[in-house]
Amino acid sequence: MSKGNNNSKINKIKLFMTIAAIILAFITLYIANNNLDSYKIRILNLAAVYAVCGLGLNIINGFTGLFSLGHAGFMMIGAYTAALVTMPPDVKTMNFYIEPIIAPLAHLQLPIPVALLLAGSIAALFSLIIAVPVLRLKGDYLAIASLGFAEMLRVLFTMAGSITNGALGLKGIPGIESIYFYWGTAIVAIVIIKQLINSSYGHAFKAIRDDEIAAQAMGINLFYHKTLSFATGAFFAGVGGAMMGFLVTTIDPNIGIFLQTFNILMIIVLGGLGSLTGTVISAVLVTSALELLRFVDAPIDFGFFAYPGIPGMRMVIFSLSLLLVIIFYQRGLMGMREFNWDWVIKKYNQFTNRSGKGGKGHGAVKNG
Amino acid sequence: MALLKTDKITMQFGGIVAVSDFSLNLQKGQIVGLIGPNGAGKTTVFNMITGVYTPTKGSVYFQDTDITNKKPDAITKLGIARTFQNIRLFSNMNVYDNILIAKHTRLKSSPLAAILNVPGTSYRKQMDTFKEECWELLEAVELADEAFEKGTSLPYGKQRRLEIARALATNPEILLLDEPAAGMNPNESMELMEFIRKVRNKFNVTILMIEHHMKVVMGICEHIVVLDHGFQIAEGGPAEIQRNPKVIEAYLGVDADA
Repeated sequence: MSKGNNNSKINKIKLFMTIAAIILAFITLYIANNNLDSYKIRILNLAAVYAVCGLGLNIINGFTGLFSLGHAGFMMIGAYTAALVTMPPDVKTMNFYIEPIIAPLAHLQLPIPVALLLAGSIAALFSLIIAVPVLRLKGDYLAIASLGFAEMLRVLFTMAGSITNGALGLKGIPGIESIYFYWGTAIVAIVIIKQLINSSYGHAFKAIRDDEIAAQAMGINLFYHKTLSFATGAFFAGVGGAMMGFLVTTIDPNIGIFLQTFNILMIIVLGGLGSLTGTVISAVLVTSALELLRFVDAPIDFGFFAYPGIPGMRMVIFSLSLLLVIIFYQRGLMGMREFNWDWVIKKYNQFTNRSGKGGKGHGAVKNG
Repeated sequence: MALLKTDKITMQFGGIVAVSDFSLNLQKGQIVGLIGPNGAGKTTVFNMITGVYTPTKGSVYFQDTDITNKKPDAITKLGIARTFQNIRLFSNMNVYDNILIAKHTRLKSSPLAAILNVPGTSYRKQMDTFKEECWELLEAVELADEAFEKGTSLPYGKQRRLEIARALATNPEILLLDEPAAGMNPNESMELMEFIRKVRNKFNVTILMIEHHMKVVMGICEHIVVLDHGFQIAEGGPAEIQRNPKVIEAYLGVDADA
């Protein structure tokens, strides 16, 4: 059938374009790496960390419609796991001077990629434990319960001194500065999540989001799929948390504070609940905007008026602009749209038809 | 052997008995109508059969297996699919995806295999089969032209048809239709009637439908069950039901002078 051939041809073009895009992304990273100073690279790295965490939360909130507020808790688990398995034994002994660290952790030192996977897996494991009671709830109740669990975890981490060093936190986590590490991990995460969202399972997530009752009537096991979504989201929160640890090199239980969840939530709402592209764009935008706005905290002399500089002013301006964006783009910057090859091909067809047939538009495109 | 049998199922919400001792034998290939005035408990019967509610008393048997305590998704998997009184399409999906989702329950691959999505693996093969089946179904219900339109932007009649098609996509033995003709004009209703008959013959399903539209009910149902205030007041062929004094009383009330 010609239709089938045509499809496989399009798929080959898409695969080629995807590989080209990833190469292009690395070229961009290479240019950024060679031309930006370490401060700007650090901001970009932080954006990658937020992108990974945001993608995780978007699976749960945006694609499955589960309003979870426990993300920071999973990030904290990831950060601690990765830190504890990568810190050199002597640094650990230096850290744990009040209560010594428990035996197996004291000498454990694993490679970074293994630590990332382990961080994600342990976070996912905790999410499974939480899933049983929490995922029975819906909407606001789920939000409150998941928030409660995250807070509970934070307190537990503060108290479990022989594992987490309590409120003192961990210092001297092996730092990583390479932009390739952060964005490389982010790209891998994007590819995996995109594959999941476009798979049959991803479709099931979206069905649950759109109409839980109808989804169940279509034979979708709600609990299984919600748990799957929740655990996958937690996995990437764990990975993101681990990356955060490698970036800032010191962590304490405050990494799991509610404000952290709020930051991530803001990123995904701004980017568009249900848009992976939106999350990545918004992670970069929010992180850089917060840094770019730093000048409003400092004194400025306008000539006719000397602004004394109010510390915290950037948060006022940032929040105001956030308000404006949400007023004008209620569904976030991208809504549920994605920048993908289907979209590009559609736009390309639209363009060629318009110039060729005088705007007749073959197969009028609707964006939803 | 009855394909579906409900044995004196009762549904009680607190002090209110919504349905009381409802017994039904559904034979293979039948189109059965479930009628009754508003609030008679028709949808509650559907909800008990499909596992949304667990009956307070009595049991439901599908092909002689007890399905009383099963969850809705498990019951769909066994072969009972339904539509809803107020259409419940997946609002952010196009027509094609709305139907494809019904195939997910038959997928045997793990999420990991789905993420890897390697050509030639069993996941790919299953998905290809599902997609092909979807297109066949779309052709059969004459929605192929609208495949990439948003489900909820279709005209009302087509949305109904899509919802029925989505239920059919789960490969059911029994199709439960909850007021398929609600909100339709006489023309659309007649079309729907033809459509339901076609579906029964083509897909070899047994149909139990709730309907208020008497022309539709009398036109296609071979057997009718009447509910009033949760009680089963009559059962029989269309002609019989139309003459039944109890049914007339339930629908029109009884004359005070009589």
